[in-house]
Amino acid sequence: MIIKEFVENVRSGKIDVVKNTKEVLEKIKKINKDNNYFNVISEELALEQAKKVNKKGKLAGLPISIKDCICVKGVESTAGSKILKNYKPVFNATAVQRLVDEGAILIGKTSQDEFGFGSFSTNVGLDFKTPLNPFDKERVCGGSSGGSAGITQKADFPHVSLSESTGGSIVNPASFCGVAGLCPTYGLVSRYGLIDYANSLDKIGIMSKNVEDIELILDVIKGHDKMDSTSLNKELNKDSSVKKIGLIKESLDVDKEVKDIILNKLKEMNIKYELVSLPLNAKYGVPCYYIIAMAEASTNLAKYCGMRYGAEEELKGSFDEYFSNIRTKYFGKEAKRRIILGTFARTAGYRDQYYLKAFKVRTLLIEEYKKAFEKYDLLVSPTMPIIAPKIKDVEKLTPIQNYMMDTLTVGANLAGLPHLSVNAGFVKKMPVGIMFTANYLNEKKLIEKGKKF
Amino acid sequence: MKKEILENVAKNARLKLTEKEIKEFTLELEEVLKSFSILDKIDTKNVEPSFQPLEIKNVFREDIIKKSLSQEEALSNTKNKKDGYFKGPKAI
Repeated sequence: MIIKEFVENVRSGKIDVVKNTKEVLEKIKKINKDNNYFNVISEELALEQAKKVNKKGKLAGLPISIKDCICVKGVESTAGSKILKNYKPVFNATAVQRLVDEGAILIGKTSQDEFGFGSFSTNVGLDFKTPLNPFDKERVCGGSSGGSAGITQKADFPHVSLSESTGGSIVNPASFCGVAGLCPTYGLVSRYGLIDYANSLDKIGIMSKNVEDIELILDVIKGHDKMDSTSLNKELNKDSSVKKIGLIKESLDVDKEVKDIILNKLKEMNIKYELVSLPLNAKYGVPCYYIIAMAEASTNLAKYCGMRYGAEEELKGSFDEYFSNIRTKYFGKEAKRRIILGTFARTAGYRDQYYLKAFKVRTLLIEEYKKAFEKYDLLVSPTMPIIAPKIKDVEKLTPIQNYMMDTLTVGANLAGLPHLSVNAGFVKKMPVGIMFTANYLNEKKLIEKGKKF
Repeated sequence: MKKEILENVAKNARLKLTEKEIKEFTLELEEVLKSFSILDKIDTKNVEPSFQPLEIKNVFREDIIKKSLSQEEALSNTKNKKDGYFKGPKAI
């Protein structure tokens, strides 16, 4: 049942929102025991919202899960990090508030890599659990919005998940869990109330089992917001027609079975394409992305020091000792790794070589995309180079092997371009995603194409 | 990455690393930086940096007092508070 139908049933009284919400809460509690998709199930809030639901809202009574890094008023929001333990925001993120205003029911905060630092949701914060793939519990959900993707696949009731991407964190888990995931144009959805990973890269987006729902949710959450100075004050391009598609040549350098699924699907759906080469993005995308992301992350994470909110202890010793103790004790390993690399990249003597260089390379990578969009309406590629790997295999990867997994998704994220992953088929019973990327504000082209899958 | 640089960066970032972590991170970060040094190969002379993906201009607002969080709300997430203020560790 798509959202529109669900909401009609709510309005006509066929669906009782309180009863439905109670059922959904029971179901997700059960699912969560086995799969770890939620850091918090916000039962109290959900029931309260259900009791006084606005039936006129576009999302009347619809259960929505929210990635943990997006603030929900009164509900512990930690971005999956122990350093934010007990933090209960006193406000809703703008995107969340817009959902609530349309009658949505917030059912919980979904699990993720700590602050989004990962591609598999295995870098969860201290004391958090890794979400397990809905098709095979030995495998990962992908990351960093792993819990959002897992619950979206597993939910047998109308539901969408609000998720977030910095370098691919929506499409990656969407691909691994066989759901649809949209990462919009940078700035289209307000970042106000999003716990920052990297400000120039973070985007709030949507996961659902179908693209129709994504279209409806996007319509609710998009739009200018005074509270976010990087929020765009522009409308979406109304033209949804797709005339020419470019298949990114370098993206075919992936697992053969994945490649075959993508090519067969394009053939089966009679989607015509030309090959287009984006060599700079293929070669320089990952290092460029990681330097920028880590540099911005290291500044964002500087504020977590055991004061004002989050983890705190008895105030002992000098401020230096206290801050260092708290940060050492409550940050996970990958967070520490990225803080150190990001701080290093901004250090005097290395700043030009790494930090500034990466932002200059980013300009060239963006130009490469812009050139491609002079000719094509959409670019297409596999979303991920592999199917969801086994958790035990991910644990063996070195940091750099981990980072290389993002090779197909970092380009669109660096450039702030909208991209959508939908399921293209299965390899060894595991889902494979196909990704479409559009020019700025051309979400309607993505949605029209995505609906056909 | 040299051990001394790593130790200094960690200190600046207010992180205490154990000897074992220093050893591990030194090796790992060396590998990461070596891989990232591929960026040296691309010519960026006369290229402007993109600190944002889309061009944005400075956004200003009128300097007027608006309703904001109450003191009680602002202090609601900590135990370390006194007389309506946050309490922090010793600065001097």
